[in-house]
Amino acid sequence: MNNEELKQKTLTILPAAEMVENKQFLSFNIPSDGFYKFAKSLKESDDTSFDFLFCLTGMDYGDSLGVVYHLASTKYGHEIVLKVKAGDRENPAIDTVSDIWRTAEFHEREVFDLFGIKFNHHPDLRRIFLEENWQGHPLRKDYIDEVNIVER
Amino acid sequence: MADLLEEIEQQEYHINMGPQHPSTHGVLRLVLSLKGETVKSIEPHCGYIHRGIEKMCEKLTYPQIIHLTDRLDYLSAHINNGAVCLLVEKALDIEVPERVKYIRTIMDELNRIASHQLWWCSFGMDLGGLTCFFYGLRDREPILDIFEETTGGRLLQSYYTPGGLMKDIHPNFQKRVKDFIKYFRKILPEYDQLLTGNVIMQNRTKGIGMLSKEDAISYGVTGPSGRGSGFNCDVRKRHPYHLYDKVNFKEITRTEGDSFARYKVRMDEMWESMSIIEQLIDNIPEGDFSVKMKPIIKLPEGEYYQRVEASRGEFGIYVVSKGDKFPYRVKLRSPNFSNLSAINQIANGQKIADLVAIGGSLDFVIPDIDR
Repeated sequence: MNNEELKQKTLTILPAAEMVENKQFLSFNIPSDGFYKFAKSLKESDDTSFDFLFCLTGMDYGDSLGVVYHLASTKYGHEIVLKVKAGDRENPAIDTVSDIWRTAEFHEREVFDLFGIKFNHHPDLRRIFLEENWQGHPLRKDYIDEVNIVER
Repeated sequence: MADLLEEIEQQEYHINMGPQHPSTHGVLRLVLSLKGETVKSIEPHCGYIHRGIEKMCEKLTYPQIIHLTDRLDYLSAHINNGAVCLLVEKALDIEVPERVKYIRTIMDELNRIASHQLWWCSFGMDLGGLTCFFYGLRDREPILDIFEETTGGRLLQSYYTPGGLMKDIHPNFQKRVKDFIKYFRKILPEYDQLLTGNVIMQNRTKGIGMLSKEDAISYGVTGPSGRGSGFNCDVRKRHPYHLYDKVNFKEITRTEGDSFARYKVRMDEMWESMSIIEQLIDNIPEGDFSVKMKPIIKLPEGEYYQRVEASRGEFGIYVVSKGDKFPYRVKLRSPNFSNLSAINQIANGQKIADLVAIGGSLDFVIPDIDR
């Protein structure tokens, strides 16, 4: 499927998806409530068949947090980027996709560890790199560590 | 007594493998749940050498980031640096000279051979064959010497820069690379004689550590480990960079999906890498080794993703720029982290002694997992 067909298809499945300018990939802003169902249909529908989640990125946009999903189809070779906002900074949460793409289980734990975004229904949501009793989430922009971060 | 033994055999118990274990090749802790000798589940504990490279990148300029990316998977230092350089060049629309592309492709492939040699020798050592270790390190030495002569570094070179290379190749470079290829073409069949045909080695790898193609895709297992399961994931073929669309080489895939398939893919890749180098080494065109870049590199606002085929899989770098000289966010998609996520799936139900062979066939580099 080329990008134009893919765009039409995406908007049929999820009319609330909002296209974002990106030179390399077709990318969309996805509202967080319909996200899980949308992701599942992208994976399972025969003409999209996005079976390869090759990058999962936590983002701190300043006013909100979010997650960026880079998806590819090994069958057709097309690619798509989904951006999901995770709500406010105090209680950010997104539905997990770890049952759709199994690699997400680890990557979501990493995002939880470093950004503090909770993934609903995740089977084993714990910190992955830092200790259990670590205070704060280091990759957030407002994280303060007076000892190790040198401001220039 | 017999009752007691029976009761113990029925119980599940946990042991720690690592963080200081010779076969994890770094500080990785695997908590194993065992029933008798059978592995029931594996829980990896990472982060012993988490350095926060993604956070550090947010305070560094693009040429400075290069010095951190070669410290991720230190055995594919050139290849990782190539990803940063390609990303900056793509964002700024810079076309690097042909000479740079040739040298980068040759260096990448030399790096891949050196990495696979080290994997082979440590894999043999994991299985108890110490001779392999000496063979592998002996034959890796000429590559490190070639790197040292041109770049000054043996393990971490930081040789690529946005827009080209740090400096031109050494006058001896072509001759030494050709000598090495001639030598290694003779030596590589010896590797097969020593280890590949060995009955003990085959019994410990064939049919053990199965990973199906669907699971490989779902877990994002790329590189030789993914290709051993029949997943066509070679970035050099799917999204060519450098000169990979101009050279002839085969994408090695196997369909068995066991430890032996992953082993064979890497062995065959060394032949392909040598063939790529041979196609290029005599034809390096004259020209500049770098284009003139502005002293301060600022990427235009936007998002960029660049992937390369590192020796362990797809290495990706995702940069969000706000038009500053520092990136706003850098995500490093490291192949080993995704490959590690599949270890529970692969080793489940296997014997604990085979776990060492499975870990060896997946070829983890721990700093790449922890970042």
